[in-house]
Amino acid sequence: MTTDIVFETQDLHVSAPQQDGSVIPIVKGVDFQVPRGKVVALIGESGSGKTTISLSSLGYCKPGLAFSGGQARLLGEDLCSQTNEDLRSIRGNKVAYLAQSAAATFNPAMTINEQVIESVVSRGLMTRESADARALELYQALDLPNPDSIGARYPHQVSGGQLQRLMAAMALCGKPALLVLDEPTTALDVTTQIEVLMAFKKVIREEGTAAIYVSHDLAVVAQIADYVVVLRDGEVKERGPTAAIINHPRHPYTKRLMAAASPWSAETLSRIDTEDVTHRTTVAEAVNVSAGYGITWNGAPRFKALESIDMTIRKGSTVGVIGESGSGKSTLARVVAGLLPPFDGDLLLDGRQLEPSYRRRTRHELQRIQFVYQMADTALNPRQTVGDIIGRPLEFYLGLKGKEKRARVDELLTLVDLSPEFASRHPDALSGGQKQRVNLARSLAAEPEVLLCDEVTSALDTIVAGNVIELLQRLQKDIGVSIVFISHDLSTVASFADEIVVMNQGKIVERGPTKQILSDPQHSYTQLLISSVPEMRQGWLEDTLASRGSQ
Amino acid sequence: MFTLILKRMAIGFVTICAVSIIIFLGTKVLPGDAAQIRLGQEATPENLAALRERLGLDLPMWQQYWNWLNAFVHGDLGKSLAGDAPVNELIADRYKNTLIVSVLTAAVGVPISLILGITAAMFPGSSYDRVLTLVTVSLVAAPEFFTATLLVLIFVFWLGIGNAVVIGSIDGKSFWELIQHFALPIGVMCLIVASQLIRMTRAAVLNVMSSPYIEMAILKGLSRQRIILRHAVPNAVGPIVNIIALNLAYLVTGVIVVEIFFAYSGLATLIVQGVQTRDFVVVQAVGMLFCAAYVVLMLIADIAAILSNPRLRHPK
Repeated sequence: MTTDIVFETQDLHVSAPQQDGSVIPIVKGVDFQVPRGKVVALIGESGSGKTTISLSSLGYCKPGLAFSGGQARLLGEDLCSQTNEDLRSIRGNKVAYLAQSAAATFNPAMTINEQVIESVVSRGLMTRESADARALELYQALDLPNPDSIGARYPHQVSGGQLQRLMAAMALCGKPALLVLDEPTTALDVTTQIEVLMAFKKVIREEGTAAIYVSHDLAVVAQIADYVVVLRDGEVKERGPTAAIINHPRHPYTKRLMAAASPWSAETLSRIDTEDVTHRTTVAEAVNVSAGYGITWNGAPRFKALESIDMTIRKGSTVGVIGESGSGKSTLARVVAGLLPPFDGDLLLDGRQLEPSYRRRTRHELQRIQFVYQMADTALNPRQTVGDIIGRPLEFYLGLKGKEKRARVDELLTLVDLSPEFASRHPDALSGGQKQRVNLARSLAAEPEVLLCDEVTSALDTIVAGNVIELLQRLQKDIGVSIVFISHDLSTVASFADEIVVMNQGKIVERGPTKQILSDPQHSYTQLLISSVPEMRQGWLEDTLASRGSQ
Repeated sequence: MFTLILKRMAIGFVTICAVSIIIFLGTKVLPGDAAQIRLGQEATPENLAALRERLGLDLPMWQQYWNWLNAFVHGDLGKSLAGDAPVNELIADRYKNTLIVSVLTAAVGVPISLILGITAAMFPGSSYDRVLTLVTVSLVAAPEFFTATLLVLIFVFWLGIGNAVVIGSIDGKSFWELIQHFALPIGVMCLIVASQLIRMTRAAVLNVMSSPYIEMAILKGLSRQRIILRHAVPNAVGPIVNIIALNLAYLVTGVIVVEIFFAYSGLATLIVQGVQTRDFVVVQAVGMLFCAAYVVLMLIADIAAILSNPRLRHPK
């Protein structure tokens, strides 16, 4: 064993012991190494065991899991067999962890600095003064604003991107030999992600720490990792230097992963060939719509979420609504659906005025506009069978009963690529992708003309999300439904929208045919958004920031 | 944050007003009025009318309500229908018993419950936790008179200590003598309150313990003690204070069975007697006091929850 290896696993097994004595394997014999000063990415979809493997470097298993074989060696010492007391001296000191959501991993009741330095100070590894100095140094290295005073704040007082960088400071405070980053930019908007990614990359290089970077996003990994390990179902499928993996993937699974990620580059852009749909008839329309939340004062609510929005939904075509969190894109869908009545402006259906609130719309109007929620997990009633869930709109809107209803449920399930046997199952017996299909089938059951899809693929793995998009495309072709596709993910929207509407801070900043928006964006925000989507090539991050700096 | 607290206090005030209207109307819808109850079956219509006029019962409803509320706010709780004694005096005799038992129960029960609840949350699934769960669930399920009977059986009849009936004056007794005097009622109340409090404290702390920042604290290599005391407990304070306030409110108002079981005279027995003798002046007065105590304790709980929320304490 060479001393150049900071962390390695050897035939690592992790499993979940069940009540009845049986054991479900989660990680099935994984070997990989993290050389000193290098970044190794663990790539995989949910359930691939990537987080579980990364946590083995801290000797930690999530509740309900246990090490069941092999070794995880940090600096030559096996962690799997150590007691919690032994591990305490390693955690936060030799190896540190960065979680996906900084907002949840910071204690809301303590100041940031207190949490950054507590690991080293409470164990007497550093004096408070030297830890404070170290924290300040890290705040500066991570390009945080007001590094002198930011530590005195509480977690809710800083932005999401800042908090993510502060978590890096918390992890690095004890000068660990190994840093574990678990999807550290996944919850961020693309424009924020690019800054955070750069800050991480810089600080990792300056500190010279080795790192395990867990992600599902190959394009992000391409920017920061030296080596990539592709995981699936707790096994290594492929491994190698980053350039080799992204340029010449060998394993079929890696190839599928690459294809589904709809990699974003000038080349793919040129392949987009959207039809001009402006001549198609208008189904629904929002004219000068403004809406908001909170107490109404002088005719306008206190918090405006949408201002003077115009949107046209054309027959059989797709409008992609793109924007970052807080841009008002979900509010727009809620307004069209009548869930949030606008305080100003008109909604039109077939040119006729539509009531602002769903309560006062006719059943037929309700039927024509259907909403598909982002979280299929929470949108499906866990106590009802799939058949009941899909059958309800059939009964309510179409008056189907008994045999007819059952036959139609079967048809709808087939339409979304599920077999009719699913009708008797409950939602908790379905996978994430299957749930989203049921969610979609329920909306389609009403035979709508407009389908409002709010981030329907965001909670899904890339390959599954790709399948759902394909399904939507096929449905549109077959039944001519109009789709409003809301997403924060530009590449998903680009892959299938006819027109794009770009939203920022409650306003539409730009609109037009997909190809035009992507190839020749006029508004500076659209340009920023498009240039922030990671491309699947190494060096993209530096190039982008360099070109921004020179402008 | 201050506007939030003010808003909450205003809501508390509105609640008390609403309760006063309900209590007032509640006694009005009963058949018979104060004049009739005092004069009994043989009253002549003339006598009734005269007494009604004297008592102000001939006035319009809102005016009667206003007079009653006005007197109440100024400390005049009215005159008992049975025996014509001022309600103030009746209460003065008894409130000390209820107050002492409540305060002593809180002083003993709350700290013990918090410690037991937090330690149970520190070792979930341990045999200590399981035994505690078994005991507390049994106590929550058992009615108060059963717990009281059990304690009397064990202590008074088997062990020969304590009194099955609490009698005698409390004047001139020291703190320690008071505890001895009320040992069994306090014991019963402690068990009842503690079983609720332990379970809810445990749940509140466990809820916090499953949050990601606790996992982060573990992965930072912090000691268990530090994780509990610095990370878990401060975030569980809001719900725990709420639970304590709810239980204290129970101590003030829910002691009827205990007071009657041990036959010492407190406020709860007064309201029961009031109901039995149709003395609705007493029922109104004590009812209002109970409600006021309840609303004030809930108010304190809400304000504590607001104060313990860092987002409200340190706005952006």
